Amino acid sequence: MVHIFWWVIFPYITLTIMILGLLYRYAFRQLSWAAPSTEIFEKKWLKIGSPLFHWGIIIAFIGHVMGMVIPHDFYLSIGVSDHLYHIGAIAGGGLAGLMVVAGLIILLIRKATIDPVRVHATFADFFTVLMLIFVAGTGTYMTLIYNTTVVAYEYRETIGPWFRSLFTLTPAYGLMTGVPLIFKIHVASAFALFASIPFTKLVHIFSFPVRYPARAPQQYRHRSNYRRQGL
Amino acid sequence: MRIKAQVAMVMHLDKCIGCHTCSVTCKNTWTNRSGTEYMWFNNVETRPGPGYPRRWEDTDRYKGGWKLHNGELKLRAGGPITKLANIFYNPNMAKLDEFYEPWTYDYDNLIHSPKSENLPVARPVSQITGEYIDKPEWGSNWDDDLAGGSEIVPLDPNVEKLQEHIQMEYEKTFMMYLPRICEHCLNPSCVASCPAGALYKRDEDGIVLVDHDACRGWRFCQNGCPYHKVYYNWKTHKAEKCNFCYPRTEAGLPTICSETCVGRIRYIGVVLYDADKVKAAASVEDPQDLYEAQLGCFLDPFDPEIQEKAREHGINDAWLEAAKESPVYKMAMKWKIALPLHPEYRTLPMVWYVPPLSPIMNHITNEDELNTDGYIPAVDQMRIPVEYLASILSAGDTNVIRKVLLKLTAMRVYMRGKTVGGIDEFRQSELVTQAATSPEEIEDMARLLGIAKYNERFVIPTGRREMDDDLYEQQGTCSLEELAPREGVNPAYGYMKVRENL
Repeated sequence: MVHIFWWVIFPYITLTIMILGLLYRYAFRQLSWAAPSTEIFEKKWLKIGSPLFHWGIIIAFIGHVMGMVIPHDFYLSIGVSDHLYHIGAIAGGGLAGLMVVAGLIILLIRKATIDPVRVHATFADFFTVLMLIFVAGTGTYMTLIYNTTVVAYEYRETIGPWFRSLFTLTPAYGLMTGVPLIFKIHVASAFALFASIPFTKLVHIFSFPVRYPARAPQQYRHRSNYRRQGL
Repeated sequence: MRIKAQVAMVMHLDKCIGCHTCSVTCKNTWTNRSGTEYMWFNNVETRPGPGYPRRWEDTDRYKGGWKLHNGELKLRAGGPITKLANIFYNPNMAKLDEFYEPWTYDYDNLIHSPKSENLPVARPVSQITGEYIDKPEWGSNWDDDLAGGSEIVPLDPNVEKLQEHIQMEYEKTFMMYLPRICEHCLNPSCVASCPAGALYKRDEDGIVLVDHDACRGWRFCQNGCPYHKVYYNWKTHKAEKCNFCYPRTEAGLPTICSETCVGRIRYIGVVLYDADKVKAAASVEDPQDLYEAQLGCFLDPFDPEIQEKAREHGINDAWLEAAKESPVYKMAMKWKIALPLHPEYRTLPMVWYVPPLSPIMNHITNEDELNTDGYIPAVDQMRIPVEYLASILSAGDTNVIRKVLLKLTAMRVYMRGKTVGGIDEFRQSELVTQAATSPEEIEDMARLLGIAKYNERFVIPTGRREMDDDLYEQQGTCSLEELAPREGVNPAYGYMKVRENL
């Protein structure tokens, strides 16, 4: 029953909150949808912390796609041995994790100590940073310490298939029963973080301007029917 | 040819008295909310001086505007790929300190302070942190009227460019006012800098606006604008800028800065331009050719062929008539006495400036005996160095400034001659030849610059509401926001859909 809650009910509830929340905010709270930069107040610490965190988390995201979305069999079929995979995952993931955690700590200190930044930081801002530190911290610990001192855990046989099963609506919660506790904490806290996304500044993840390079530099807009002939 | 109409402004700097009424009324209209305290959509700078924000003209630092790279027009701060790589930290963005930390005063203390030996004072309080500021060190017009003098003036990037040493003794120095709003450029670099595509130029009147629903606060527009006229609201995390008071201009009224201008220095009118020529004009090799290239984009509103084409492009008769009466067309394109601010930024700005004539007659002590051509050397010895004006208004080309100043001087001499005699001498003079003008033109200029009334200074056709859908449906609902149909609704879903079938 506990397993059903944590690995079926909880992920679906959090993902539902995330998706409905995002849709609601996109439709009705468009004015609040922005990447709330505080660069205008402080640049020195931001210059180190923000790129460190953001690039780190982009690498980490790619790593999670490689570990969670791409099946174990695929790696074997293209000749990537488990040993080789784990070396890559520990090195790449470890580096990304350290970047993320270091960046977040710099940003947290900045948020707490630079007056104008602190004054305008909301509960949601601190919650987001602390939550990210927790999730990224457990992830980095798993990658760098657990994997090297206890066992290079083969999550591609348990967590990966379980994660994919969520999206086919056939949650294989049984796969999660034997997963080490630190991994379970990492996964559950990440889902809790997902649920908070619509209510925090994290919404800006979904507005990364990918279309910008392909767009015409100058933008014209006109009133409706302005060009209608014969008027 | 793609004809578009642009609402533009001319400011006659000779008449600016630096009273800041424009700034104050603009602030009270648009930026008196929290998050916008530091923004001045309209500000008046004393030049020489660093301006607002400090050293905004330092393009090496803020990387605003465009540059020519192997003959191609590129954003100085880098194109889309560079921007996306810098999106987590924008190295060129100005900090709030570069503008100033806005403050108010603890007025409450004046009323509620306990009984004490000394008079209570209202200490300054930061509008950012809410803490007391012991000593404000910079403000929006800290250097007004050259306050700060020899320490502050050298911070002006234009002064740095000048070869000669500027006299800073107060009895020898010079000073002018430069009121600034958004330039509503033909080739706006803020629009091109916006990753979200939130900034846009209105097709029908050329006003550059921010779509706050689309703005994601990526903040590249703030320094992408070389005039530093796009601001980052720290509270809403969206960009804000001068909107040319479009709710007023749509109703045929001048912007609030123009309406309230005490010196009546501002003129608003419509000009027609060919949007297909803009890119080529902004890409000419020599920055000093940009002014002429920009003039080449504008179209003659009296040409019947142009009028016909303009109608095809959806410009109606009211706008065409306004373009003929446009004071901007007269001053900037016909008489060529108004110049664009920093054309070298390659944005093709649309707020034009008539350069100040200085207290020119300081030099001339014997005006009664002076013959007409005696004024020519006076133009070259203006108190405000021609090089300084050229650095601001003509990419350093002093000939352009000299021509304008000669014309303005000729106007002054001719109009003086009408009262005290000497018009016949004027007609034959070298001055009138060098100034390339005629008594008829001068009479027109003197009228527009000197005594033009409200409806001559502001020739603004009303917005094109007749193009809107379902005006019948909208009547009476405009103030009830949720009841009124949304603007721009597709006629296929609107009340008028039957018309589609006719």
